Amino acid sequence: MSIPHPAPETGPILGKLSMEALPLHEPILVVTFIGVVLGGIAVLGLITKYRLWGYLWSEWFTTVDHKRIGIMYMILGLIMFLRGFADAIMMRLQQAMAFGGSEGYLTPHHYDQVFTAHGVIMIFFVAMPFITGIMNYIVPLQIGARDVSFPFLNNFSFWMTTSGAVLTMVSLFVGEYAQTGWLAYPPLSGIAYSPNVGVDYYIWGLQIAGVGTTLSGINLIVTILKLRAPGMGLMKMPVFTWTSLCSNILIVASFPILTATLVLLSLDRYVGTNFFTNDLGGSPMMYVNLIWIWGHPEVYILVLPLFGVFSEVTSTFSGKRLFGYTSMVYATVCITILSYIVWLHHFFTMGSGASVNSFFGITTMVISIPTGAKLFNWLFTMYRGRIRFELPMMWTIAFMLTFVIGGMTGVLLAVPPADFVLHNSLFLIAHFHNVIIGGVLFGLFAAINYWWPKAFGFKLDVFWGKVSFWCWVVGFWVAFTPLYILGLMGVTRRMRVFDDPSLQIWFVIAGVGAAIIAAGIGAMLVQFAVSIWRRKEFAEESGDPWDGRTLEWATSSPPPDYNFAFTPVIHDLDAWHDMKKRGHQRPADGYRDINMPSNTGAGMILSGICLVMGFALVWHIWWLVAASFVAVVAGAIIHTFNYKRDFDIPKATVIAVEEARTRQLAAGA
Amino acid sequence: MPSNLPRFPARLRLVPLLAALPLLSGCGLVVLDPAGDVARQQGDLIVLSTVLMLLIIVPVMALTIFFAWKYRASNKEATYKPDWDHSTQLELVIWSAPLLIIICLGAVTWVATHLLDPYRPLARTGPGQPIAAEVKPLDVQVVALDWKWLFIYPEQGVATVNELALPVNRPVRFRISSSSVMNSFYVPALAGQIYAMPGMETKLHGVFDKTGDYTGFSANYSGWGFSNMRFAVKSLPTGEFDQWVAATKASAEGDLSRDTYLKLERPTHKEPVRRFAASDPQLFDAVVNMCVEPGKMCMHDMMSLDAAGGAGIAGIGNVRQVTYDKFAARGTVDVARWGMRYVAAYCSAPVMPADRPDAKPVASEKLKGEGLPHPGRPDRTALRAPAAADRPLS
Repeated sequence: MSIPHPAPETGPILGKLSMEALPLHEPILVVTFIGVVLGGIAVLGLITKYRLWGYLWSEWFTTVDHKRIGIMYMILGLIMFLRGFADAIMMRLQQAMAFGGSEGYLTPHHYDQVFTAHGVIMIFFVAMPFITGIMNYIVPLQIGARDVSFPFLNNFSFWMTTSGAVLTMVSLFVGEYAQTGWLAYPPLSGIAYSPNVGVDYYIWGLQIAGVGTTLSGINLIVTILKLRAPGMGLMKMPVFTWTSLCSNILIVASFPILTATLVLLSLDRYVGTNFFTNDLGGSPMMYVNLIWIWGHPEVYILVLPLFGVFSEVTSTFSGKRLFGYTSMVYATVCITILSYIVWLHHFFTMGSGASVNSFFGITTMVISIPTGAKLFNWLFTMYRGRIRFELPMMWTIAFMLTFVIGGMTGVLLAVPPADFVLHNSLFLIAHFHNVIIGGVLFGLFAAINYWWPKAFGFKLDVFWGKVSFWCWVVGFWVAFTPLYILGLMGVTRRMRVFDDPSLQIWFVIAGVGAAIIAAGIGAMLVQFAVSIWRRKEFAEESGDPWDGRTLEWATSSPPPDYNFAFTPVIHDLDAWHDMKKRGHQRPADGYRDINMPSNTGAGMILSGICLVMGFALVWHIWWLVAASFVAVVAGAIIHTFNYKRDFDIPKATVIAVEEARTRQLAAGA
Repeated sequence: MPSNLPRFPARLRLVPLLAALPLLSGCGLVVLDPAGDVARQQGDLIVLSTVLMLLIIVPVMALTIFFAWKYRASNKEATYKPDWDHSTQLELVIWSAPLLIIICLGAVTWVATHLLDPYRPLARTGPGQPIAAEVKPLDVQVVALDWKWLFIYPEQGVATVNELALPVNRPVRFRISSSSVMNSFYVPALAGQIYAMPGMETKLHGVFDKTGDYTGFSANYSGWGFSNMRFAVKSLPTGEFDQWVAATKASAEGDLSRDTYLKLERPTHKEPVRRFAASDPQLFDAVVNMCVEPGKMCMHDMMSLDAAGGAGIAGIGNVRQVTYDKFAARGTVDVARWGMRYVAAYCSAPVMPADRPDAKPVASEKLKGEGLPHPGRPDRTALRAPAAADRPLS
């Protein structure tokens, strides 16, 4: 095991790319690669055999329907989740093994890539696609719209996010990924200490995906502000839509900071500027500040929409109006604003003065006030309700009990002198997994179980859902309680080998916890498979399986392409509940042609070219960079001349769809 | 699914577990049971904050379980009010309860952050053990190298790699820097951590009040050899510390000259303990100013040159010479190949880029009210403003 050698030479045709870039010396990667190739061939073969290419292209890849794009985001998130979790298992295994002189089974070069990739993938390519997918699917339905404001942009955003994910995955088999930690602090991520392509994969993967995220944020903000059904004032918006609005405002306000920071880092790496170098006036501390000015809002971007999900779920399954809607909205807005003035708590230990540290510590604690108010609101929504413990509600209760502990340890870390002893320790790791798994993931699972019947017209299997639930909840605590304890024993993060044998037992327990979580993930996949297999049995024809309260439950499941034949008029906060209470009748005539946006392949093509450009930039293949850049600009211009942007769903089709729906409802009743 | 409900209370076990954290300190929780006054106060703060927050966390968890059980759908006895969604009094309570906790915690945070500011010289070695004004802290200069730690004792004229020995009950002042990338200097038994950063200096004050063998390490990931960036920490009685210094001098493998340092800073890992004599009092400042290489202009010279408006065209030649590790990591480039130099130094006072004036030591007892006369007692003279030197938080 020798210290790695410096960067390869750059050639004119292939740039830095050569046979040496293929990790043929890493058996784990070779086996993975063979598996991916075989699996890929099998999938492609099946698609060809069943002649699905045309269907996939015309109905999915080119779609501008927010519902289908939402589902594609969820599939992307799920695939990347399996990759990110595989990284987690590898880390747990390494740390459980590497004691008493054992080096474990991963070299530093490999292990350092694994923990970097785990963080990047889980945040950017799992959590972000999941929440964007849910928002994409649900928000237009909740506000009574037929699609988002910019349907093509929506398709383009999805494919840009996917391109970023693909570029990140390519690094597994061609070259290497960054060995810097998920935020790539310089000077370590600078050209002097990371001369190879890993950091470049990191930069361009995030830059391409970041375009998609920012554009999707703009799209959803405009959609929420401009496309609400008549009567739906801002204070009559469903809470999920409110939290989505705030989350997207955060995206639009903070992702440009990430983009700019990564541009500066790439200038340092590519053209020799000195923004973040040690010498010639550069300041690595500037990078740390900038990246966290994006990074802290990012955690609220992730968790806010799920706070909305918990609000919807609690209210629906308690059969009760949400307690304190107004204070819920103000709490969300408070969190949105406050999330911008706390970033320094990620580096109290960088040597700021006591007054600066106290300021940021106290602002951080202040965020816990609106968050606490939210918890109480959910609590008092349950109070004097009729709680049905369906799967979404179970996830919500699990969230409430788990998240408060994560919140508590978070406030603890916000006390600077306490942070001095816990910073970068496994206590910190346990804390943020406590809030991200307990908040974001549990929320996503609640959302998936809650809205699956809306998206597919059948419910998810309850038995496997419960198996998954208990494995996740128990597995989470078994995996992360040892990390809290190890943190208090002074064990720091990102360690590959350990000296002290007395620590090993805790890592073994954490590994067992990860295995239980793996069982939970397995059970969830089985749950999906079983439900799809027995979809006739689980069919849900009313469109409103949970006695829902918001507008998405007013349509059929799955909703027709145009969502609503008539745009509903809103009178009350819980619009659908209000309509049901007032004896709403489906209109039987008066249908008209419905104008809808047309599908287009431009988004996928442009993003594909961006992927090529990213790859060329990573490997310094300059002719290809130039060619693909010209192609992207030209492609975007050509796309503006595409005037076939919309079409009318004829009245006859609308009547046919709506009458079929009327018959379906009559048969169900 | 009421059948699941009886299982929920099982999760409650976590609450007493957290409350019992201080009890667990017997089994190696060094953060809660350290061997130095600073770390001990930091550990106590963790316990105090946790208890403060449990005041609200425990009721919330208990209410969650209670409401979930009480208002389950199958319990038709329970009141059902589907349209009840507002109560001003209740809203006041749910906003003000967390607010009150945060006000308390915020006050604790403000005071503790200032008292335990790593830059602040210590006022005591333990509760009720103030440090006399004439006691000078032991100076230790710390340099994080790829991937090992260098400790220079300027007073004693020795230097070590991966071994830190300190006399018990004597305050220590660490001046910390790094040669290449960011690290974090952390001895959990002694005091909290602080980043070690290239071209910058950070400070940390700490004191051991128990003797023994401890460990220290880098708490900030710094690349390939990071996992082995650990060092032994010995807290020794004063006499033994002097013996250790003498032994180190006797067994030194040579003097820590600038050449030796430049060889030492090349990337290595699993470096064994090494001992040097240290006769160059300028070495640490040269490291911070990135001018260990002979003939290289120091950062503070360059900065004062810049502050004076630069040196015009002549300055361009200087810029070419200050590149430190822009394109290749430390120790991987032959410095001699850089060729001709222009200006080696410039008459200027050293400027420490990350330096701040030291705050005054503060005895925390005063802040807590210990030692002050009771307000009800007749002798109120002692309550007048304290002398400037020990005014809290000045």
